[in-house]
Amino acid sequence: MQHANTLTSSGRARRLSPQQRRSILVGLSFISPWIIGFLAFQVYPLFASLYYSFTFFPILGTPRFIGLANYENLLADPRFLTSLGNTAYYALFAVPLGIIVGILLALLLNTKTRARPVFRTIFYLPSILPVVATAIVWQWMFNPRAGIINYLLNAIGINGPGWLGSPEWAKPALIIMSLWGVGSAVLIYLAALQDVPRELVEAAQLDGAGRVQQFWNVTIPMISPVILFNLITGLIGASQYFTQAYVMTGGSGRPADSTLMMSIYLWQTAFNYFKIGYASAQAWVLFVIILVLTLLFFRLSGRFVYYSGK
Amino acid sequence: MCASPLHTLNPSARRMSSTTQTSSSIMATRQVGNRVPKTRATAVLGSLLKYAVLITLSAFFLIPLFWMISTSLKSPDELMVWPPIWIPNPIRWDNYITAFERAQFGQYVVNTLLVTIPSVIGALISNTLIGYGFGKVRWPGRDAIFGIVLATLILPSFITFIPLYVTFRNIGWLNTYAPLIVPTFLGNAFYIFLLRQFMMQLPDELLDAARVDGANEWRIFAQVVLPLCRPALAVVALFQFIGSWNDFFGPLIYVSDKAKLTIALGIANMQSSFGPSNFAWIMAATFMSVAPIIVLFFFTQRTFIEGIKMTGIKG
Repeated sequence: MQHANTLTSSGRARRLSPQQRRSILVGLSFISPWIIGFLAFQVYPLFASLYYSFTFFPILGTPRFIGLANYENLLADPRFLTSLGNTAYYALFAVPLGIIVGILLALLLNTKTRARPVFRTIFYLPSILPVVATAIVWQWMFNPRAGIINYLLNAIGINGPGWLGSPEWAKPALIIMSLWGVGSAVLIYLAALQDVPRELVEAAQLDGAGRVQQFWNVTIPMISPVILFNLITGLIGASQYFTQAYVMTGGSGRPADSTLMMSIYLWQTAFNYFKIGYASAQAWVLFVIILVLTLLFFRLSGRFVYYSGK
Repeated sequence: MCASPLHTLNPSARRMSSTTQTSSSIMATRQVGNRVPKTRATAVLGSLLKYAVLITLSAFFLIPLFWMISTSLKSPDELMVWPPIWIPNPIRWDNYITAFERAQFGQYVVNTLLVTIPSVIGALISNTLIGYGFGKVRWPGRDAIFGIVLATLILPSFITFIPLYVTFRNIGWLNTYAPLIVPTFLGNAFYIFLLRQFMMQLPDELLDAARVDGANEWRIFAQVVLPLCRPALAVVALFQFIGSWNDFFGPLIYVSDKAKLTIALGIANMQSSFGPSNFAWIMAATFMSVAPIIVLFFFTQRTFIEGIKMTGIKG
């Protein structure tokens, strides 16, 4: 029906038929809540924070334009650079580790055993629990004097480090804890593994491919879109890593700023030092970094990610 | 008999495939030719090994939960001892009462529900409408706009929260739950995507039949599509409930009034404002914040698994 209408009006180039115009109106009215939310909670704040980043804006005052001064100050701010480094360190270990452990656990679950639902539940459940609660428990477990982690390490003859009290071990502690939430990724990988066409695996077996070859040449390419997805969401998640570090250090970034993540410093700048403009400049630097990395991964993905045409 | 046992990774199943003659005998003989046939002993060993690995890994996921419960039942002098105590003696159930007395835990629960329930309602109403607009109404420009929706998925919250804080302060919304609830009534890219995918799978014939009968899009939405979307709606409700229940950053920014704290904010506050000797009852409060999610999970496991499959970015 729509087609017929387009044909009759084809004489006048690109003119929409009344029916099409009405369909746009219907479509827009259904999505109107999103349009309002998009403009009010995404477009406006995006540009407002860009504007704030060029201003001196004490939290109780009004913004005053100061050009690029905030960005210049950022480059010379050792705590900002520390927080960038900490976030990069965390992302560099936590994201790949999460992908590797996630795939390994999914492979273990992707076998025909009756116990699969039980293990699936055990792996998945921690990932949906409140982060504040898990941070409190892990903080207690990492306690060097009374925590069970050093106790268990002690039992196998390892003298455990000071974990959250030690500048060298605080970030590794956060990375270890992040693996506790790997369960939702495990389920996504598991679903992807179950979608790998069996003919492909059989063909590889007929050609004499061993388990390891099957994994690298069939399984990994087939689940590569899911890996890319988890890589990008993992990266964005790591850049916003906040709650665990906040709860475990009281928002301070202790010890010796070793857990001062980008988002923690941003929060401190806005709500401890009340510098809205300076915090906005930080947010934009971080945003541009993420944008560049995301685009880079999408570009590279053309070479490494295999999309089966569906 | 299963069609082709060759593909299974289970060692015992593959052993069967090399001994039983399946429909395609060529495949079976080629397989035997290409690899050393496994004996029963190695297959059993492999299976045992796999279970050993799975059980060891499970310990990593279960011990923190066990530790949470165990700590919540300790007396203060059992907290800081070496070696750590796994099972407290006596079991101090009264820690759970202390959490209500010393830190208004009951108030936090009420507050959290005041945020969570309206948020679930908001997410259900807004995202089904939006999902229908993108999934089942045909209109020029639809797919381009949907591209924008997907692009917003990578918009990090730290870039938007400062101007939002300023705005909410200027309109007097600080220390209210409005900044947490109102946005849920205006759609969420993740749920829009989920519902659109789900609605697109529904056969168009159903909708066209209703259109022929003279129903307008709003009636089709309410009477034909909505009832069919129940599995997807359950996923959205569940995810939003857990999202609001667990949310820490939102309440931290917008709510500072002690009487209005949510559970997540409340237990973080307890932990920073009471000394280590109070840790047992704080852990009791912590476990009470986790327990409803665990219970909910066990009743709705299928919905969770479905939800992950629905959003498991296919193709």
